[in-house]
Amino acid sequence: MKRLNIQQLLAGNKFLVDDEEHHITLHQEICATCSTKPCIFACPAGLYTLKGKHGDALIASDLKEGEISFDDAGCLECGTCRVVCPHSGAIEWQYPRGSFGIIYRYG
Amino acid sequence: MAEEKFTAIIVGAGPAGSTAAYLLAQEGLDVLLIERGETPGSKNMFGGRMYSYALNQVIPGFWEEAPLQRPVVKETVSFMSGKRSVSMTCQDQNWLQTPVHSFTLLRAEFDAWLANKAEEAGAMLACGIRVDDVLIESGRVTGVRAGEDEIHADVVIAADGANSLLTERAGLRKALLPGQVATGAKQLIELSADTISQRFQLEDKQGAAYLYVGSCSSGMQGGGFLYTNLDSISLGLVVNVADLQRNQYKINELLEDFKSQPQIAPLIAGGQVAEYSAHLVPEAGFNMRPELFGDGILVVGDAAGFVINLGYQVRGMDLAIASGAAAARTVMQARAGNDFSEQGLSQYPDFLKQNGVWDTMEAYRHTPLFLDTRRLYEAYPQVVTDLAADAFTVDGSPPEHLLGKMMRGVKSSSIKWSQLAGDAWKGGRSL
Repeated sequence: MKRLNIQQLLAGNKFLVDDEEHHITLHQEICATCSTKPCIFACPAGLYTLKGKHGDALIASDLKEGEISFDDAGCLECGTCRVVCPHSGAIEWQYPRGSFGIIYRYG
Repeated sequence: MAEEKFTAIIVGAGPAGSTAAYLLAQEGLDVLLIERGETPGSKNMFGGRMYSYALNQVIPGFWEEAPLQRPVVKETVSFMSGKRSVSMTCQDQNWLQTPVHSFTLLRAEFDAWLANKAEEAGAMLACGIRVDDVLIESGRVTGVRAGEDEIHADVVIAADGANSLLTERAGLRKALLPGQVATGAKQLIELSADTISQRFQLEDKQGAAYLYVGSCSSGMQGGGFLYTNLDSISLGLVVNVADLQRNQYKINELLEDFKSQPQIAPLIAGGQVAEYSAHLVPEAGFNMRPELFGDGILVVGDAAGFVINLGYQVRGMDLAIASGAAAARTVMQARAGNDFSEQGLSQYPDFLKQNGVWDTMEAYRHTPLFLDTRRLYEAYPQVVTDLAADAFTVDGSPPEHLLGKMMRGVKSSSIKWSQLAGDAWKGGRSL
């Protein structure tokens, strides 16, 4: 099978995106103090990305100084980011409002 | 709805919640089953197989009516290390005899069916509602809050899954630690039923379950799984979150690597990915269990950490269903005495003992500690696959008996004899 990137994987899923309310809120001022930013790697939907200063290739200083960009559309609602985040209060996490979010057709 | 008071509010229409609702509704109790998904099952995923015994006690002969995929007749465990792998397969046609030992299934259709059974039995099923908090009055849980609505009940059953916000809000558990949970990611790959039966050498619509340990998790605590559904394959990886925190691997990339392995690629060739899903898996067993009951509240299923992973056996749904049944019995008894306090619900562990959940969790209490041994994911798969490859290789080298090969294999690895002896002892006792 052809290798699929995360966008291609998520494109096959059914989502009901909530345009009015985000269920995950990042407190960037806390993220700015985080030197490891494990959310960038651990999120299975790859929703946490780093705005590196050197283009697409991440270098160590980006992890420390880069700013996270995040969008909760595409979230699989697993909660990994909530658990993996080393700084309490950085990720404000709740489930999406009723019916919104991922709709698994198989599961 | 705000005016009414229920005997029980069950939060989460997964297998644990729906089982509890079904049994309580059958007894004629006022039960509200709340699900945040637009339909039950639409938020749920798992690896792919349910052991039957627990549901068979609740709904005897359930396979006659439940939406299931394939009954499993073949179990395989594989050690992977680079280009090498060693597998052990067990096939047992007895597993097909009633009660059919286990089934692969898909949660969207299965959970919807089970919640519907609860509804048919008389439970009120409310979908598309997110419960935001528990209501607590003088230290006692008296209901739940969903947006503006406050709904009251004698007892609340938290069946809201691995990432249970409710047990945290009710003060029954602290925030999850990375080492206590794993992230599971899965692809649902569509293939024709005939192709699956041929590739996996299965008769008719029988099924197979595969577990993989070793390089598929890049040395991290975890492993791979593959389950055959009727006309699709559930393929995925599970990796401990503490390891995801320490490393910089992306699980979706690891899963693509796994798919391209020569042991996997031919099995899924020509398939189409129909869905990509992810979920947390409670991994720390009894050592991570929350308070299982409090004043006016019980905790069941994944929310209580009722999952067992032995590497060769993974159990979750059966324990969820059995714990849901135990919670239902606890509520019935509490109602008979009209006492839903902590004291009134304190027989929940006894009911868990009666149907085996407690003893299972207790028996495997130390397994998570053993599975935290790094050697299991790198050194051992390498030694085992090297030894096997050596045994099967003929290249004109001087002859060497198996014992000599084994001694040399272990000596040349990073494993010390004392570690091998210790791990064998611990593994034998904890798995």
